[in-house]
Amino acid sequence: MSANIDKLHDDHHHTPSGIMRWITTTNHKDIGTLYLWFSLIMFFIGGLMALVIRAELFQPGLQLVVPGFFNQMTTMHALIMIFGAVMPAFVGLANWQIPIMIGAPDMALPRLNNWSFWILPFAFTMMISTLFFESGGPAAGWTLYPPLSLQGGDSMPFVILSIHMLGLSSILGAINVIATILNMRAPGMTLMKMPIFVWTWLITAFLLIAAMPVLAGAITMLLTDRFFGTSFFTASGGGDPVLFQHIFWFFGHPEVYILILPAFGIVSTIIPAFSRKKLFGYDSMVYATASIALLSFIVWAHHMFTVGMPLAGEIFFMLTTMLIAVPTGVKVFNWVATMWRGSMTFETPMLFAIAFIVLFTIGGFSGLMLAMVPADFQYHDTYFVVAHFHYVLVPGAVFAIIAAVYYWLPKWTGKMYNESLGKLHFWLTTIFVNLTFFPMHFVGLAGMPRRIPDYAVQFADFNAIASVGAFGFGLSQLLFVYILFDTLKQKVSAEDKVWDGAEGLEWTLSSPPPYHSFEKAPKVE
Amino acid sequence: MRKLSVLLLSVFPAIASAAWETNMPRGVTPTSEIAYDIHMLIFYITVVIGILVFGAMLYSIIYHRKSVGHKPAKFHESTKVEIIWTVIPFLILVGMAIPATNALIMMEDTRDSEITLKVTGYQWMWQYEYLEDNISFFSKIDTKSNTARRLNSGVDVTKVDNYLRDVDNYVVLPTDTKVRVLLTASDVIHAWWVPELGGKKDAIPGYVNELWVDIQEPGIYRGQCAELCGKDHGFMPIVVKAVPKQEYYKWVSIQKTNKVAENK
Repeated sequence: MSANIDKLHDDHHHTPSGIMRWITTTNHKDIGTLYLWFSLIMFFIGGLMALVIRAELFQPGLQLVVPGFFNQMTTMHALIMIFGAVMPAFVGLANWQIPIMIGAPDMALPRLNNWSFWILPFAFTMMISTLFFESGGPAAGWTLYPPLSLQGGDSMPFVILSIHMLGLSSILGAINVIATILNMRAPGMTLMKMPIFVWTWLITAFLLIAAMPVLAGAITMLLTDRFFGTSFFTASGGGDPVLFQHIFWFFGHPEVYILILPAFGIVSTIIPAFSRKKLFGYDSMVYATASIALLSFIVWAHHMFTVGMPLAGEIFFMLTTMLIAVPTGVKVFNWVATMWRGSMTFETPMLFAIAFIVLFTIGGFSGLMLAMVPADFQYHDTYFVVAHFHYVLVPGAVFAIIAAVYYWLPKWTGKMYNESLGKLHFWLTTIFVNLTFFPMHFVGLAGMPRRIPDYAVQFADFNAIASVGAFGFGLSQLLFVYILFDTLKQKVSAEDKVWDGAEGLEWTLSSPPPYHSFEKAPKVE
Repeated sequence: MRKLSVLLLSVFPAIASAAWETNMPRGVTPTSEIAYDIHMLIFYITVVIGILVFGAMLYSIIYHRKSVGHKPAKFHESTKVEIIWTVIPFLILVGMAIPATNALIMMEDTRDSEITLKVTGYQWMWQYEYLEDNISFFSKIDTKSNTARRLNSGVDVTKVDNYLRDVDNYVVLPTDTKVRVLLTASDVIHAWWVPELGGKKDAIPGYVNELWVDIQEPGIYRGQCAELCGKDHGFMPIVVKAVPKQEYYKWVSIQKTNKVAENK
């Protein structure tokens, strides 16, 4: 029946088949799928780079790579994971979910949607190709601090151009999300009745539009410093190297929340579904998300407490940073209150969502510690920081993405994934992620700086453990890929309402949903 | 932990000098001690919060599951509860901010120092200048570590004394003396950090940053550059030798004589 409908639509729209279908598609589901596959590929490329790093750090002494290449690996790993894996995964989820969650036929600007995706493969091809240049890829860290980044080889203008393209893609995507959410909601769906995932994405989209142009400005100034004789950031020409850090982190801190707010939305969707109980404190969740987004613009200098700011500046940024703990705490308490006295079951998406809450909170605790300037003078630029941001990004953002994929995969494909394999994937991933990142707290506190290819022997044991964990984590993700393909091959179709506790318009559609999701707007009470 | 250690040692025999250091050193200066105290205070607070939150979650996971026949409750909002868990964390934060702000004011007060040490970061070594006594020298990674750290050097790095943490010229400083350290750099940004002497500060071209140390115990303290500064960022260690005042002045006079000799 649904296959017939699909066929009718295809005939009606003369949709090209094969590769041309994907290149020319303006359908939100096709583009969502493209984003998600792209993100998965980037996750593995960035992951391979992480494994090069962990292999070199397995033992003290240099065994595999020279320091210059090591620095290229840390730089590219970060750029690829942030801009290639996590951000596109969230945009992919937005594309798939926002129209079917708000009762719309498609995104508001379908052709723009096609462009914002197809910029990405070109941008990353250019960025990754710099690794094969004679002078190598970028090696100054993803933060591109001058003067070091100005010393880079031929890769620099290519990397900057590709970051410009990524920024353009993100801004176009964000415009589309805002236009869709503000204009295409089903009748009766007021803002305060929107699914929480849609809310978090609306706020994220505004953050993207505010933050990405700032990054574009900063890297353009780097470019003119290098090639057109300006001295924005070079002290010898009257410039200021610290200025770059201020501009960069004015983008960078909102960016951090761009990477986590949609994850909050996903967890706030999954926890109620498997607790069979409504999300506790919906309104306060919305206000907390908005407060976190607003605060993100006045805390940027906590990434650079050691640059020698005036005392008043240090105190200001310490206090504002600590304030973020309040709305973030509200979110965590609300999740626990949602679970409280529910009727819980523990399917794979729920397992990942619960692990998210626990491990993200641990990342939040270390974040609070990092906010305390007197102690931060010790933590800054050590593995303690590396442990902190990996806890909020891997068992934080990445776990939420994986949870979302398991949760909506039956809806997208019309097939149910293998639950036992999903659970196995969860346990392997959770054990190895902790084995990888927890020891980093210890070596960081004991005095190991980040971004070093070799270390003093007293850090050897925990580094060996972290490396074993990293390889285990990487290999476990191959199981994830197997599960995805295995799902597509399943014979039994998934029901329309896959999870008995799930709420929302997407579950009223068939699995998989029709080509133009909601041709007739549903009515929301 | 010991079993794990034995297991690991049998798997990785190269790791002979096993150390399982898991915490920040308390250090030997007022600034390192206050950093440690703040660190532990916040750590314990987060542990208590963690036990409460994760405990509630765990209880819920065990008792409020469908498989034990628990029926879902209907409640889903409470303004009173939301206000409580907004205000209480806020008060805890205020309790943390007060000691932290006081500590910070103390740490940033470099007045009344007795001697001034100027540190300049280079790719990839440090220059030290004792401004009052007109002493100046460079300090870089010692030869043994520098040979052993090459790719496939064939040297067992665990056999090298203080691998990557030893230099040719130590920074000598007196104990029980407030020393102001000025930091700058000539090429890219570096950061000067010896954990046991307290926190780090960036050494930035065109800037002069400052911090202070007042070392309470004689000894040798090791650290390294903490801000990515290019390919040999991992190989610019710092070694501070703290000696009693008398010995320090002896060292100063020897340095001065050497300098005079050089000038002749």
